[in-house]
Amino acid sequence: MENKLPTIEITERYCKGCHICVEFCPKQVLEMKGFVVSVKNLEACIKCMQCELRCPDFAIKVIP
Amino acid sequence: MGKKVAFLQGNEAAAHGALYAGCNFFAGYPITPSTEVAEVLSAELPKIGGKFIQMEDEIGAMAALLGGALAGSKALTSTSGPGLSLKQELIGYGCIAEIPCVIYNVMRGGPSTGMPTGPSQSDVMCAKWGTHGDHPAICLVPASVQETYEEVIRAFNLSEKYRTPVMVMPDEIVAHMRERIVFPEKGEIEIIDRKSPTVPPEQYKPYDTSFGDVPPLASFGSEYRFHVTGLNKMQDGFPTTKASVVQEEEERQVRKVEGNADDIVKFEEYLLDDAEIVVVAFGSTSRSARYAVNEARKEGIKAGMFRLITYWPFPEKQLLALAKRGVKAFITPEMNLGMTHGLVKGCTEGNAPVLGIFRVDGEPINPGQILDKMKEVK
Amino acid sequence: MAFDYEKYIRPGKLPHIWCPGCGHGIVMKGMIRAMDTLGLEKNNTAIVSGIGCASRLPGYIDCCTLHTAHGRAAAFATGVKMAKPEMTVILVGGDGDGTAIGGNHFIHACRRNIDMTYIIMNNYIYGMTGGQFSPTTPHMHKASTTPYGNPDPSFDIAKLAIGAGATFVARGTAFHANQIDKLIVEAIQHKGFSVVEILDDCPTTYGRRNKFKSVIEMMNRLKEVAVPVKAAEKMSPEQLQGKVLTGVLYKEDKPEYCSEYQKVIERAGGGAR
Repeated sequence: MENKLPTIEITERYCKGCHICVEFCPKQVLEMKGFVVSVKNLEACIKCMQCELRCPDFAIKVIP
Repeated sequence: MGKKVAFLQGNEAAAHGALYAGCNFFAGYPITPSTEVAEVLSAELPKIGGKFIQMEDEIGAMAALLGGALAGSKALTSTSGPGLSLKQELIGYGCIAEIPCVIYNVMRGGPSTGMPTGPSQSDVMCAKWGTHGDHPAICLVPASVQETYEEVIRAFNLSEKYRTPVMVMPDEIVAHMRERIVFPEKGEIEIIDRKSPTVPPEQYKPYDTSFGDVPPLASFGSEYRFHVTGLNKMQDGFPTTKASVVQEEEERQVRKVEGNADDIVKFEEYLLDDAEIVVVAFGSTSRSARYAVNEARKEGIKAGMFRLITYWPFPEKQLLALAKRGVKAFITPEMNLGMTHGLVKGCTEGNAPVLGIFRVDGEPINPGQILDKMKEVK
Repeated sequence: MAFDYEKYIRPGKLPHIWCPGCGHGIVMKGMIRAMDTLGLEKNNTAIVSGIGCASRLPGYIDCCTLHTAHGRAAAFATGVKMAKPEMTVILVGGDGDGTAIGGNHFIHACRRNIDMTYIIMNNYIYGMTGGQFSPTTPHMHKASTTPYGNPDPSFDIAKLAIGAGATFVARGTAFHANQIDKLIVEAIQHKGFSVVEILDDCPTTYGRRNKFKSVIEMMNRLKEVAVPVKAAEKMSPEQLQGKVLTGVLYKEDKPEYCSEYQKVIERAGGGAR
């Protein structure tokens, strides 16, 4: 169970492409695709929730 | 048992009138010559569990007033010229957000600090046009202590009925003179409270015009929650820049007052039936005018007085009808340089000459001045 | 578990109006988490603001919300609180709104110690009008109206609040997102006037004029300058040069205004409201 992958929900309509989540993710899970964030490497996610916490736009939810 | 009587100052009467109307919130800032209202209410409001707060400045007082009113209070502030100038931005807020409240402004000399203890009637245009943008204006101008008491009650009723700020503006003479006043019994004068919503909370819109031009207003801290802004808004209270909505809402806000002028406009006709000379006067000046009219009649001059009790909306219709009936002249004595004069000229459409008597030296207009002017009419 | 912010957000109101990278959204999230921690009842909570970017916050929150005129939030809120002392009243706004045009209302709300919480998002600039200098713009920094550098000294909002009589004063930053809700929780729980200053970023109108290459650089600056009060106790004045203290800076128990007014009512012989 411990290794169950989280779900990272991105509401693209809310994302303004500020890069905060990408830069402050300690495991480089996220990347920018054009002006919107997307998940690059879900396997690396340690569920630290930093992206959800820091996103100013309510665009990311991490469901562990 | 006879009615309760007292010997009161205009400002004291205003405070007691407010209490009769159900006022339970006062926010103000000290200013001559209106401070007595605050002094009386600082003593009386806590006795009934009401709230009194002296704010840090005039703007803060107006803001607290609107906040208190939104939280369901019947709210009053008192001020005078410079304070009225400072309050203007938030009077506009009260108009656009449609928040009932009463502003009691004693007219003293101006502009600026002017003559703080001298009487004046020069705030009447400020009452209408002081805040920027189109907006409704209701302004009442009592001429006696008794009338100040009653007009403050009427101001509360109008503000609650039309959901808008209402001003009561005695001049300094009316505010500071002492007269006998007869208090009405409880229930003798009708008290109007704002229309509360009847819809379930999830359907409530603070500017829902399906209930007419005056939508019901809920209170903060009730079962209803809603958004209030000073931006142009939609019926749900949220901002909009949509042209058609803004146009419609602006027009409604003005219409709810202008369209009900017959309900709001109040005046006294004194010896007007056969009058050839009509004095249009208000406040303390109307007391001199009444005396002058009586003297003129003794000399065989057919004079009469149209006394404004509501200044805004201005009784245009009534004055035009008088002018068309065939009046030789209108005379507008006033303690300013012609504010009412211009209005009377405008609404009588050239049907009769309008002669002005203007005084801004801090002295009242005396009956002799008015009588002399009557004699100039050919 | 993902946090359910939508619980306190009005349906259909997102996305918000703030620029990419603006920290106001981070502060709003912190405020919502605090409201949730305290279980604030929506009908019994008023969120009051003035004018400016930060002052748009109340429109998103599903409570009794009041977007007032420029600088007047504290005075409007004082009226609401006096009329309904049982309500939780939260003020939000920016540095210009709160400490320039609203400075008088701010210091007097502090002095009265009226039980409200004021969240000031300090991004050092007037954002909505396009980046003019505010009372917190650092000396010699650039703004649209200080093209040669800002000649004005700046306010320390926290010191101003303490000096004026606020009884709870805290400071956080948009970088330290995790701390924001904790400071706000403590501020709301405190009986009296509480000020929570959140150092924020405005990449659009402040950052680009002051050599910040990106939002990330601005966030990292907040990280670098912030020193928790506890840590600062062990640092020398030299080490503290250019740093800003964060955490709860001041806390004092003093009579609260509405309670004091209730005593006035009792002395006057008046009953309950």
